[in-house]
Amino acid sequence: MSIRDNASVMAAALANKEISAVELANQHYEQIASVDKNVHAFLYLDKEGALAQAKEVDKKRAAGEKLSPLAGVPLALKDVMTQKGVPTTCGSKMLEGWRPPYDSTVVTKLKSAGIVILGKTNMDEFAMGSSTENSAFGPTHNPWDLTRIPGGSGGGSSASLAAYEAPLAIGTDTGGSIRQPAAVTGTVGVKPTYGGVSRYGLVAFSSSLDQAGPCARTVLDAALLHQVIAGFDPKDSTSINQAVPDVVAAAKKLDIKGMKIGVVKQLAGDGYQKGVESKFNEAVAELVKLGAEIIEVSCPNFEYALAAYYLIAPSECSSNLARFDSMRFGLRIGDDGVKGAEEVMNLTRQAGFGREVKRRIILGTYALSSGYYDAYYGSAQKVRTLIKRDFDAAFEKCDVLISPTAPTTAFKIGEKSNDPLAMYLNDIATIPVNMAGIGGMSLPCGLAEEDNLPVGFQIMSPAMKDDRMYLVGGALEAALLSKWGKPILDFAPKLAGSK
Amino acid sequence: MAAISRDEVANLARLARITMSDAELDHLAGEMDVILGAVARVQEVAGADVPATSHPLAVNNVSREDVVTPSLTPAETLSGAPASEDQRFKVPQILGEE
Repeated sequence: MSIRDNASVMAAALANKEISAVELANQHYEQIASVDKNVHAFLYLDKEGALAQAKEVDKKRAAGEKLSPLAGVPLALKDVMTQKGVPTTCGSKMLEGWRPPYDSTVVTKLKSAGIVILGKTNMDEFAMGSSTENSAFGPTHNPWDLTRIPGGSGGGSSASLAAYEAPLAIGTDTGGSIRQPAAVTGTVGVKPTYGGVSRYGLVAFSSSLDQAGPCARTVLDAALLHQVIAGFDPKDSTSINQAVPDVVAAAKKLDIKGMKIGVVKQLAGDGYQKGVESKFNEAVAELVKLGAEIIEVSCPNFEYALAAYYLIAPSECSSNLARFDSMRFGLRIGDDGVKGAEEVMNLTRQAGFGREVKRRIILGTYALSSGYYDAYYGSAQKVRTLIKRDFDAAFEKCDVLISPTAPTTAFKIGEKSNDPLAMYLNDIATIPVNMAGIGGMSLPCGLAEEDNLPVGFQIMSPAMKDDRMYLVGGALEAALLSKWGKPILDFAPKLAGSK
Repeated sequence: MAAISRDEVANLARLARITMSDAELDHLAGEMDVILGAVARVQEVAGADVPATSHPLAVNNVSREDVVTPSLTPAETLSGAPASEDQRFKVPQILGEE
């Protein structure tokens, strides 16, 4: 067993007592110590807490207690999820040093499954971005090429998987922040159905779009983690009170004969890199070989999804981020005993928020202001209806829909950081899923011929039919693995100091 | 004509309670103009006959029985406060302003 193995292999080795949870956590901390100075996936390492957790799992196993399937397997947690007593910054100076007094529901579930939380991963500030360059604590670097971005906002989580610093990670996805980082790092990321995983303790950016989900190196590993974190939570009023689909069984089934798979016409063409399109098409050919029926579907309103998203998400963000007012937690600037509360609040928000966060708060404040509300926020909400209708019509004909996850492979750090619109285009294929609240997965489908960098393949499933994306994803992954002869991450150049 | 003026951006910053320098305002006004130009296209398809969707789920009010459950202690609640006194959040003066 090595740290390059998949989480399910690690879980089996732990169950067979070939390795202890403490040893496994230590091996990952050694890898982090040797590579993270270059990758910068982590903002904080909770070595003491993780090793105590691992020790507990080992003790229970030695006593013959029945443990959950992933007990003892390490995980990297996106720094937007609260973990009691552990710094949670959301990549922002606003929350630097804040230690939440409570666990998010996702963390509660991870802990009770015996999953060992190694530390908190880097992200674009308050999850706003597609490159992790908007982190107040510096960018994360893509393990495939350290001069490139690892995607965003969850670039720390995706990079930690690709750099073998952790076999599992948690991400959150508002417009693609799990899927696009997975795409550009050659890893797997899943945005579950909205309401499928509790948002309690997920620091809100855009409440009607935010959703936490699993990140891993294989479809099965993502399914195992999905099973742990999903389910109804009375602490989240938007949590769906239904049984979680059996995503693990779906990931293992490997049989998609007769399934109807829709290729979305609008998520291709202009703006999509040549190598992205060719790898996508080769993967579609694999699905045909596996016996699936491919149907071209048209979703004409997807053309307006990006514009609607950049009104809805900033509007909700301007409201959600009002809580960072310097009164009850987080940063406070200029409190000299003379200045009043409002002035302190103004100065704190100037110093605590970065450029992109301010841009979105101002945009959202504008879209919601009287006189502009109908033209901007109101119109965007109507587009949301039209996108949902496009999905509904497409799912009448198809079991799942597919597209490339992102229009390009990983771009260079700094390449788009001064052009917000160019940056926003990275999410063009992932945003429709969030607008409709359905499920979306990204898995690797090859390396683009122009730059030898990973390409992401997106699978979209109807709400609460998350098992379908695992079914198709698992079958496609197996077919591609046998075609390549080894996992895609084995094609990546070795990082200096890596095991 | 620009979709949004520098003065309007300054007013939005005031409403959003964010102090901005002149340089920040100049830069943001230009960016906002470009972004608004791009997102305004939602109006092309947002006809009067299309209902608005505010949320992916049919959101209903959720209620529960009024029973006491464990909650944070005062010390935990105040643990992240910039300043506190006598089990209360201590904030800058709110009266005495205009």
